[in-house]
Amino acid sequence: MTVDALTAVEAGVDATASAPALGARQLWRRLRAQRAALAGGVVIVLLVLIALGAPLLAGIEGQDTTSYHADLLDSAAGAVPRGTFGGVSGEHWLGIEPTTGRDLFARLVYGARISLFVAFGATLLQVLVGGAFGLAAGLGNRFVDGLLSRTTDVFVTMPALIFAIALIAVVPGGFPRPVLLMLVLGLLAWGGIAKIVRAQVLAHKTLDYVAASRLAGSGPWRTARRELLPALVAPVMTYAAILLPTNVVSEASLSFLGIGVKPPTASWGQMLSSANTWYQADPAYVLLPALLLFVTVLAFTVFAEGVRVALDPRAASRLRIGTGRARKDEAGDGSGDGEAVVEK
Amino acid sequence: MTRFLLRRLLQAAVVLLVLAAVLYATFYLAPGDAARLACGPKCSAAQVDQIRGQMGLDDPVYVQFWHFLQDIFTGHDYSTGTGTLHCPAPCLGQSYRTGELVTDIVTQKLPATASLALGAMVLWLLIGVGTGLLSALRRGTLTERLLTGFTLVGTATPVFITGIVLLLVFCSWLQWLPFPTYVPLTDDPEQWAWNLLLPWLALALLESAKYARLTRSSMLETLAEDHIRTFRAYGVGEGAIVRRHALRGALTPVIALSALDLGMMFGGALLTETLFNVPGIGQQLVQSVQLKDLPVVVGIVLVMGLAVVVANAVADVLYAVADRRVVLT
Repeated sequence: MTVDALTAVEAGVDATASAPALGARQLWRRLRAQRAALAGGVVIVLLVLIALGAPLLAGIEGQDTTSYHADLLDSAAGAVPRGTFGGVSGEHWLGIEPTTGRDLFARLVYGARISLFVAFGATLLQVLVGGAFGLAAGLGNRFVDGLLSRTTDVFVTMPALIFAIALIAVVPGGFPRPVLLMLVLGLLAWGGIAKIVRAQVLAHKTLDYVAASRLAGSGPWRTARRELLPALVAPVMTYAAILLPTNVVSEASLSFLGIGVKPPTASWGQMLSSANTWYQADPAYVLLPALLLFVTVLAFTVFAEGVRVALDPRAASRLRIGTGRARKDEAGDGSGDGEAVVEK
Repeated sequence: MTRFLLRRLLQAAVVLLVLAAVLYATFYLAPGDAARLACGPKCSAAQVDQIRGQMGLDDPVYVQFWHFLQDIFTGHDYSTGTGTLHCPAPCLGQSYRTGELVTDIVTQKLPATASLALGAMVLWLLIGVGTGLLSALRRGTLTERLLTGFTLVGTATPVFITGIVLLLVFCSWLQWLPFPTYVPLTDDPEQWAWNLLLPWLALALLESAKYARLTRSSMLETLAEDHIRTFRAYGVGEGAIVRRHALRGALTPVIALSALDLGMMFGGALLTETLFNVPGIGQQLVQSVQLKDLPVVVGIVLVMGLAVVVANAVADVLYAVADRRVVLT
């Protein structure tokens, strides 16, 4: 407990003092080294810009999300848009909806708002709730840990989608849907974060640098904040990056089932739900939101993989060694993932 | 082993009990009058009060919850005005809308869900394990890259997108298949399979990506183990090593994961059932939510929870039985 402990204490103090600034720069450098992750990041930034500039983009096109354009529909053919590829024209860049004639471009760019709002909002909530549960379970005594861990088990075991559906059933219809979806997903699917944080806290709690901090007179909360939180940043960020695409899909799924966002509000899942019966008569109507949703989820997934590799010390060193070696070692990583899945 | 099993069962029971309590509390606290919902829009205030008494809604919430749990084990008799409706042992209540027993609704819808889940599992195991083994045994950059890409796209695609694209290609463009309409297996096995083909594919394509990756990494890991090296040193052929010795170890996690996924699907593949109009419990849940038919919602979610919890326990046990190194606690 002499030299070793001192080194550990120093390492711990060092990490707390300089981790944030250095970590961010290092993370960026490691992310930049991966082409796929970078491409995913670029797509995400583009989507965020589209979502923020939705009124502007729709304004440039000169359309909005709710106006009907019955004159552009072919009523003899079952209210399908006239013209090619779902009624694409100078006024309607991506065509219009069948039956109503609402502008698709405007609905798609506004749909990006819902997708990203729910995804980021729900992820933030999941990190907060899961982090709090995990910290409390990891730091608490046996009874607290047992109680919180069993509660977490219920949330990990139950598919969040089914829980969300049951919850949404009891909320009055007037509640704003995007906010409701964010809350429901955020308050239900935090089990994974809680488990990771608890495990991490338990692993670090017994390390000498934390003991040293306690001996130096810090209380439990000060220790948690100063010594444990920095150790949690990497695993929590990795997991949060994976939660983002999951939440995008969950929102789209609930809206697709007709219990999430409802028309006239546009979301990609809602559009797919309305388009579901039109795949034969108007394929463009189905394909556009499907393609956008696919690209979005793919971008988030690729980016999350990049974040994982960048934050994994073993993977990061492999990145520097070279691609040949990195590919070979992926096998090991894959098996790790598999076991994680089974243990759930 | 027995102790492990008992412990695992107890754990599962606790999870289910907590689930039931959370659900019950949610619906108790929910705005809206259950008695009015059950009675229908034409009821007078006096009738609603009478119904409320019959449903036991005047009791405190813990008494109601106790009765709810009690009904599951002992059954319940409902008065229907003219006579009584007996709800046998696993009684989950009565639909507000139709007065049907929730257990009857579930048993009616279960065959469709089971058909979907089992068929999809057979497909994803064939595709996933096949690709996974192939890429593990023929390690080359091309197969590996293809598989990595396949896995990435597979995990990134929501099932309803795959499903819609399948519908578009096979029903609309190529016109090889009619739009799927569910036919029970007992009516016509050929039509049953034919109509479920697209939903099976939609589910299996996604899942198989996960299985391919798991099989591959697990196989590579097993082949790198010492006892396999010893077999090689003794001159056992590579094919025999794989078939007789490596497969068992490599497929253990795959089988455990299948059990988990099967549980999830018995819990209703909501999206697939809705997209392809398969009349399973997932579709029923979605419809009941839209109708605010709370007893049916609670009942179905509990049944789904049971499926998931049982699957979890089965996966653990399978894992332990197939792999002796796993320590049971």
